[in-house]
Amino acid sequence: MKLNLNWLKGYAVLYLVFLYAPIFLLPIFAFNDATVIAFPLKGFTTRWFADLTTTPALHGAVLNSLFIAISTAILSTCLGICAARAGARFSFPGKQGIIGFIMIPLVLPEIIVAVSLLVTLLQLGLSLSSWTVILGHTLICTPFSIAILNSAFATLDPSMEEAAYDLGETKWSTFRLITLPLVMPGIISSFLIAFTISLDEFIIAFFLTGAEPTLPVYLWGQLRFPAKLPIVMALGTILVAFSILLLTLAEIFRRRGIAKAGGRDTGGFL
Amino acid sequence: MGIRLDKEARAGLTLIAPPFIFAILLLAVPLTAILMLSFFSQSYLTLDTTLTLDNYRTALTEPLYRLLMLRSLAISGCVTLATVILAFPIAYFVSFHVAPSKKSLWIFLITIPFWTSYLIRVFLWKVILGYNGVLNSSLQGLGIIDEPLTFILYNANAVVITLAHAFAPFAILPIFVALERIDRPLLEASRDLGEGTVGTFLRVTLPLAMPGVVAAALIVFIPTIGDYVTPQLVGGPSGLMIANWIQTLFLGQNNAPMGATTAVLAMLIVGVIALVFVFLNRRFLRVRR
Repeated sequence: MKLNLNWLKGYAVLYLVFLYAPIFLLPIFAFNDATVIAFPLKGFTTRWFADLTTTPALHGAVLNSLFIAISTAILSTCLGICAARAGARFSFPGKQGIIGFIMIPLVLPEIIVAVSLLVTLLQLGLSLSSWTVILGHTLICTPFSIAILNSAFATLDPSMEEAAYDLGETKWSTFRLITLPLVMPGIISSFLIAFTISLDEFIIAFFLTGAEPTLPVYLWGQLRFPAKLPIVMALGTILVAFSILLLTLAEIFRRRGIAKAGGRDTGGFL
Repeated sequence: MGIRLDKEARAGLTLIAPPFIFAILLLAVPLTAILMLSFFSQSYLTLDTTLTLDNYRTALTEPLYRLLMLRSLAISGCVTLATVILAFPIAYFVSFHVAPSKKSLWIFLITIPFWTSYLIRVFLWKVILGYNGVLNSSLQGLGIIDEPLTFILYNANAVVITLAHAFAPFAILPIFVALERIDRPLLEASRDLGEGTVGTFLRVTLPLAMPGVVAAALIVFIPTIGDYVTPQLVGGPSGLMIANWIQTLFLGQNNAPMGATTAVLAMLIVGVIALVFVFLNRRFLRVRR
């Protein structure tokens, strides 16, 4: 049994190395003083990071992606609040079916979401822009928001709201003063997850973006030019650091939410 | 409507309306549109809206379609198998051998790579597996091989490795959740009744974890069969999959109806396989009772 456990532990460590291998390589090549992405390393440089500051197309893509990610996060969190609240608090006919239908994008290949939206938008004569990307991203982020917010709303004790009604608060002020603060950690965590998904999503953005590319679409274009690769590595390093920061924040809020509701931590976002 | 709804049902329906209407407009309508489009045809720049089954006939008779469908199925089948088998010991380790207070830290560590830029992760596999890549140059440096290995990039193998990496957390989490739900006294009971460690694992732990395994397989299979980025970056011509062909039909060849047909067929395949998995899960659940 002891031997068995050591094997498992060794395997777990190897597995983590496999999971993290690409991410560890990223900063190595970002600081490597060579245009070819290969070993042996040449020397230390920060010029790829300096080059990032002098690429206006990149800045446009970053701003566009941020705008799309923030809008998506707000929209999908609002839709998620509606669905999670309705699912946790009320019973109504067709509940299972309706919520199941809203969750479908979770199990649909993204390429199908992308082409079907493209066809519909073009048929309606709408021109592609950042807004069409936002619509597509909101569609795929809402199920994630619902999954996160479900646990926040499910652990909410209905007697707290009833107490507020009894004490003379209106429906809206109860929601604002009691419900909202209690589910706030879930809302923030949903916002951050939707933001991260949207910021990273490629295929829907690739199909639905207009004249201004998002960051992943811009990156995709750069991957074709070998000379641009070290800059991509530098950009990737910044993105990874940024994602880890966001995720750590989301995790802290999620744990705080569970602690606030008095629940037990079962781990993970999904 | 003849049905009278009580106050609670009305409140619930009002609340669910915005996300539901959004999903109808952006999911049901586009999927219907693509289904209709798949029965149209395209001649140069004009769309012929007479209904026809020609697209389906082409898709079912031309060898290219069969090749791409079968290849996509084979690749995502391999990815699913590899991911689930590699993930199970990790989920088992975290669930059974990690202190409860450390579990969420482990799960957090496992999920982090998944949330970092997908494009860049896939691209880095190209760097690792390439002719002058990290793997080849380190193996050559160590003197294990003389010539760089060429069977690991620009083919189906590379696609399988990259996707198995990208979807690892998807497989670990459902299995972990299923393992967490197993009542620990059941395992003790099995040992008390004379089963060894292996016997207990095979006859108690594994059957109880099966719903998680089936869920993991489904969750990995569905997105991988429609993946575009990985085959395009590391697959080479022999590793291209159905999503790449859908993209080519829509944006390259400007044949939207044929692309729609391919998308509908891909959806059908995914749907049928998903149903098989759900059915399997039902059977496993029934065995439990």
